[in-house]
Amino acid sequence: MCLGIPGKVIELYHTNGMQMARIDFGGVIKEACMEYLPDVKVGDYTIIHVGFGLSILDEAEALETMELLKQIDALGSEEGTAA
Amino acid sequence: MSSQKLNLLGWTCPVPLQNYPTIVMGHGAGGKMMADLIQHLFAAAFDNDLLAQMGDATALDLPPGQAAFTTDSFVVSPLFFPGGDIGELAVNGTVNDLAMRAARPLVLSAGFILEEGLPMETLGRIAASMAAACKKVGVKIATGDTKVVQKGHGDGVYINTSGIGVIPKGVSVTPDRGRPGDALLVSGSIGDHGIAIMSVREGLTFQTEIQSDTAPLNGLVDAMLDVTKDIHCLRDATRGGLAAVLNELALASKVGIEFDEKKVPIRAEVNAACEMLGLDPFYVANEGKLVAIVPPEHAEAILAAMRAHPQGRDAALIGELVAEHPGLVTSRTSIGGKRVVDLPAGELLPRIC
Amino acid sequence: MKYVEEYRDADLTGKLLSDLRRAVSRPWTLMEVCGGQTHSIIKSGLDEMLPHEITLIHGPGCPVCVTPLELVDKAIALAMRPEVIFTSYGDMLRVPGSERDLFAVRAAGGDVRIVYSPLDALKIAKDNPNKTVVFFAIGFETTAPANAMAVVQAKAQKIQNFAVLVSHVTVPAAIRALMESPDVRVDGFLAAGHVCTVMGYWEYEPLAIQYRIPIVVTGFEPVDLLHGILMCVQELEAGRQEVRNAYARSVTRDGNKPAQSVIQRVFEICDRAWRGIGIIPQSGYRLRPEFAFYDAEQRFPEVRSIETKESPLCISGLVLQGIKKPVECTAFGKECTPERPLGATMVSSEGACAAYYRYGRLAAKGKS
Repeated sequence: MCLGIPGKVIELYHTNGMQMARIDFGGVIKEACMEYLPDVKVGDYTIIHVGFGLSILDEAEALETMELLKQIDALGSEEGTAA
Repeated sequence: MSSQKLNLLGWTCPVPLQNYPTIVMGHGAGGKMMADLIQHLFAAAFDNDLLAQMGDATALDLPPGQAAFTTDSFVVSPLFFPGGDIGELAVNGTVNDLAMRAARPLVLSAGFILEEGLPMETLGRIAASMAAACKKVGVKIATGDTKVVQKGHGDGVYINTSGIGVIPKGVSVTPDRGRPGDALLVSGSIGDHGIAIMSVREGLTFQTEIQSDTAPLNGLVDAMLDVTKDIHCLRDATRGGLAAVLNELALASKVGIEFDEKKVPIRAEVNAACEMLGLDPFYVANEGKLVAIVPPEHAEAILAAMRAHPQGRDAALIGELVAEHPGLVTSRTSIGGKRVVDLPAGELLPRIC
Repeated sequence: MKYVEEYRDADLTGKLLSDLRRAVSRPWTLMEVCGGQTHSIIKSGLDEMLPHEITLIHGPGCPVCVTPLELVDKAIALAMRPEVIFTSYGDMLRVPGSERDLFAVRAAGGDVRIVYSPLDALKIAKDNPNKTVVFFAIGFETTAPANAMAVVQAKAQKIQNFAVLVSHVTVPAAIRALMESPDVRVDGFLAAGHVCTVMGYWEYEPLAIQYRIPIVVTGFEPVDLLHGILMCVQELEAGRQEVRNAYARSVTRDGNKPAQSVIQRVFEICDRAWRGIGIIPQSGYRLRPEFAFYDAEQRFPEVRSIETKESPLCISGLVLQGIKKPVECTAFGKECTPERPLGATMVSSEGACAAYYRYGRLAAKGKS
């Protein structure tokens, strides 16, 4: 259900009529099926689950959310150490 | 591995060996075929004065001191994997069991269970590998045994090695000597062997190939003992990985063990492979790594000695023994939380969930 | 690893925990519906770090745990057949059937193989024309596109010696069933990030409205989990019951359309039995009639009727619904341990019982 790992698309090709890709998971390279990501490009980061790409990670969205999460809550920091 | 070619023409079997490129039942039957196999394959590879006695038992002159004795069996599949093969594992594994008792390895036995149909060439490669591993350590295979089982009843070859060593005076390294306050050290990166094996099975490739870390650890142990004889516990972290060993030590010494996950050395690719397969690296097998429990006042010096040795370059201080929760192992997680690191339940399985 | 390490950052986690402590003003009970999330929470120790007002219940989000006993027994029966190569994801191998598990079948000589992807099972079929490869197609909606593709490819490549044993379950129906149950008391849900990557989250909007409960799509790393929990608490504190997305880098409201299209081509919705819980209507997938040839239960009609025998001691269903805690089970830690499990919640490393087994021992030692 759950184990989806982010990996970078380093090569795209076809096998048996299916769009496949070589994916780099931080140094480990494995093949995955890209049939569900017709717009995928080399260089994209994708979530891979049981050998299938399920989404292309939205980098802009990720950065924006990260910034939001990191924002110091102005009130909290001026009050000093939280409880 | 040696490139020594098998001297197949030297075989005196009535039917020329060219007709036996593979192991058949007759090679285990105790007759001429088996004698030829032993003489021209095993003895040729292992070549030493003890084995040359060729009796049912080999007589030994052991140096004075307390002897150590151990046995281990090797059933790995595939037989050949990045960084090693079953033969190398069989020698290093037993040498390491002796080394974990701080015993200097002297002699090994080698028992083979061969599957009918095993290519002679494969067996020759394995024997050569074992010979090379023995030479590196300075240990001799003094006696052996060969049996053949029917096709389908084995994985090509199973090897059992037993070993005898001698423990230096004044040294007592046993699993129950751990005490609260002791330092916990590991000799290098974890998970390499298990992932090297899995990579063959799962069709993973790596940017930098992950190799099995199979290696003899007796030299490293000697370097550690040079710092102090008072090393409390040593264990090599084989099947079940770091977690299995830490749990066994915690139980044997009746102490709690706490370690910091961030301090445990692990190669980036091994970590990535574990993420991908849903494996916990602390449960993945190693073949050339040890865990040491040492008195805290000697920890830094022992660590330095380990790092100066080829088998300990990435050695690290990862935790300590505590009086709380005796028998349990806990870790500090990457986010500063706490988790219990239990004994593995059984075989390590990749997961999707 | 990019997109992994930064979501395990200790400082950011600490900061989000403070935000959470400030946000919460009274007790709230949240349920997370994904085994992978449970696994991550336990592995990181996050549940012990949450403010005490927040109770996190581990729901029936582990497809391994909820695969009906009957199907496990069918899998075992198929695996024991000499002409079958039985392929499965690793998770299922230790799940106990009425008599034994798939591991035991392998030990007894059955050809049971773990595969990483359903396409690997298809390859095994191509490489072994004299055997029939049966693939155990379990999972939530996340795994359905992959399992469906195996069937589509089998048909397209005319691979005859391949069949699937289907046991798919779907999340929205489960949430509905949980909310209908008088024993379940949950204030908010953390929806499964990878299920929603496939299906989107529009299906949860009617549930949020009907049951007046916030549902937040949540990822799997500690930062993602805290983000989801924080969002859910913010909803609750403000008296809102919206569906919100805390995993937007992977999830959109519509989800993955090509994947949904193939799921619909291969599967149709059906009633499904959830182990320990019972039949939840419209909560599963089965193969459509045009793919009946690939249905293992039709290929091997002998396994259609199987006598199952669930351990009378096992209360995993009540645990899965968050109604009982594992420690309230009479067999917990005695007849039932991770080495000798009676039910699936003790087998799976993220099953609630297995998790409690580990922590309970620590808590007990701490008190002694």
